[in-house]
Amino acid sequence: MRGKNIFASRGGIIGVGALIGVLAAVLQKLGNPGNMGICVACFERDIAGAIGFHRAAVVQYIRPELIGFVIGSMIAAYLFKEYRPRLGSAPIVRFILGVFAMIGALMFLGCPWRAMLRLAGGDGNAILGISGLTFGIWIGTLFLKNGYNLGRTQSSHHTTGWMLPMVMFGLLILMLLFPQIGGQEKSGVLFYSIKGPGSMHVSLWVALAIGTIIGFLAQRSRFCTMGAIRDLLLFKQIHLFSGFISMVVFAFIANLILSQFKPGFDGQPVAHTMHIWNFVGMTLAGLSFALAGGCPGRQLFLSGEGDGDAAVFVMGMIVGAAVSHNFGLASSPNGVGEYGIAGVIVGLAVCLFIGFTMRKRIV
Amino acid sequence: MAVTVDARGLSCPQPVIMTLDEIKKGNEKAIIVLVDTDTSKENVMRAAESQGCRINDVAPEGEGYRISITKG
Repeated sequence: MRGKNIFASRGGIIGVGALIGVLAAVLQKLGNPGNMGICVACFERDIAGAIGFHRAAVVQYIRPELIGFVIGSMIAAYLFKEYRPRLGSAPIVRFILGVFAMIGALMFLGCPWRAMLRLAGGDGNAILGISGLTFGIWIGTLFLKNGYNLGRTQSSHHTTGWMLPMVMFGLLILMLLFPQIGGQEKSGVLFYSIKGPGSMHVSLWVALAIGTIIGFLAQRSRFCTMGAIRDLLLFKQIHLFSGFISMVVFAFIANLILSQFKPGFDGQPVAHTMHIWNFVGMTLAGLSFALAGGCPGRQLFLSGEGDGDAAVFVMGMIVGAAVSHNFGLASSPNGVGEYGIAGVIVGLAVCLFIGFTMRKRIV
Repeated sequence: MAVTVDARGLSCPQPVIMTLDEIKKGNEKAIIVLVDTDTSKENVMRAAESQGCRINDVAPEGEGYRISITKG
C-alpha cells in the first residue's frame, strides 16, 4: 500500500480538517465541555489529573479521544507501512519544551486546536490566543532560519515505538477496570471529576471511536496546526494551512447548525478575558511547538507511527500539566493563576535559550 | 555530478529547509535528497515542485527514499 497518498493532497487535508471540525462540534454537543470538543492540551491535563499527577478536582478524567489519536495513527502507520521506530533527537530538550508548551497553553486555556474551536464557537478571546500562537511560531521560524535544529534521530527496535501506545492502552485498561461511579471522586486508582470541565464528557466508546478515526486520518494527511502557520510564515506554503482553515470553517458551520455559536468575550466557557496573558501564554506555546516541530495533536500522531521523541514531548506535556496545577500556574475562568505569569516568563526564557544555543551544524 | 542532501533522521521542517537552501544557493542542476519518512518525502517533493523544479525519480533506498530533483 505504498501508492499515492490521497490524504496528503490539497483536497485530502481540507477534507480531514473539515471532518475534525465537524466531529469536534458533535463531541461538544454530545457532552464534552464548551468549545472543547477536542483540546489536546486540556485533555492531557485531564489525564494528568485522572492519574493523580495533580489534584485540581475539576479537571480529572482520562480522555479516550487521545487514546484513540495514538491508536488510530498506529493502525494507519502499520497498514500503510509507515511505522518506523525512531528516537534520539534531543529527547530531554523535547521533554522540557513539552512542559513549557503546556504551561503556556494552560495560561490561555487551550492548545491550537481549541484556540480554533473557541473561535469557531464565537469566543473573541481566541483572537488573542491565535495571535499569540502565530507570534510564537514566527519567533520559532527565525530560529529555524538561523540553523536551529534538534539533530538526527536513529532507528530503533519496534518496541521503542510501542511505548506511548502501550501507555495509552494501559490507561484504557484502567478505565475499564475502574469505571466512573456516579457522584464519587475516585474509582480504584483513578480520579474522576464530579463537577467542572472534567465531569463533562461523551461516553467512553464514542470518544474512543471518534479519536481513532481522527488519529487514522491525521496520520495519513499529516494534519498539524503549528505546521500550518509555520509553513505559511517560513515557506509561504498553504498546504497544511488549508486544512487548518477548513477545520475552523466547518466547526463554525457545525456550531451554527447545532446552536453552539455564541459570540462575545465575557462568559465564554472555560476561558478568561485577560487579553495580554491570553496572547503571551499562546506565544510560549507556539514557540515551544515550533521548536519541537509539531502541535500537540501532531506529537500524538507521530508517537503512533513510532516517533519516540514525539512520545517524550507528550510525556513532557502531561508532566507540564501537573506542574501547572500543583504550582498554581494554570488559569481559570477568573483569570491567570497566582504564579502563572512567572511560569510563562521562565518558559519564554528557557525557549529562547534553547533556540539560540541549539544551532550546531547538521553532520 | 549531482549534489546530495542527506536529510535522513531529521524531522519536519529540516528536510525542506535543506532542500530549498540547495535549490536557491547551490550551483548544481541535479539534486539528490535522501529522506527516511513518507512525510518528509511528500514535503520535499511539494517544496521542490513549488520552486519550479522537476521530480525525476523517487526510489526506495534503505529505510527511506532517494528523491532526484532537477532545478527548473
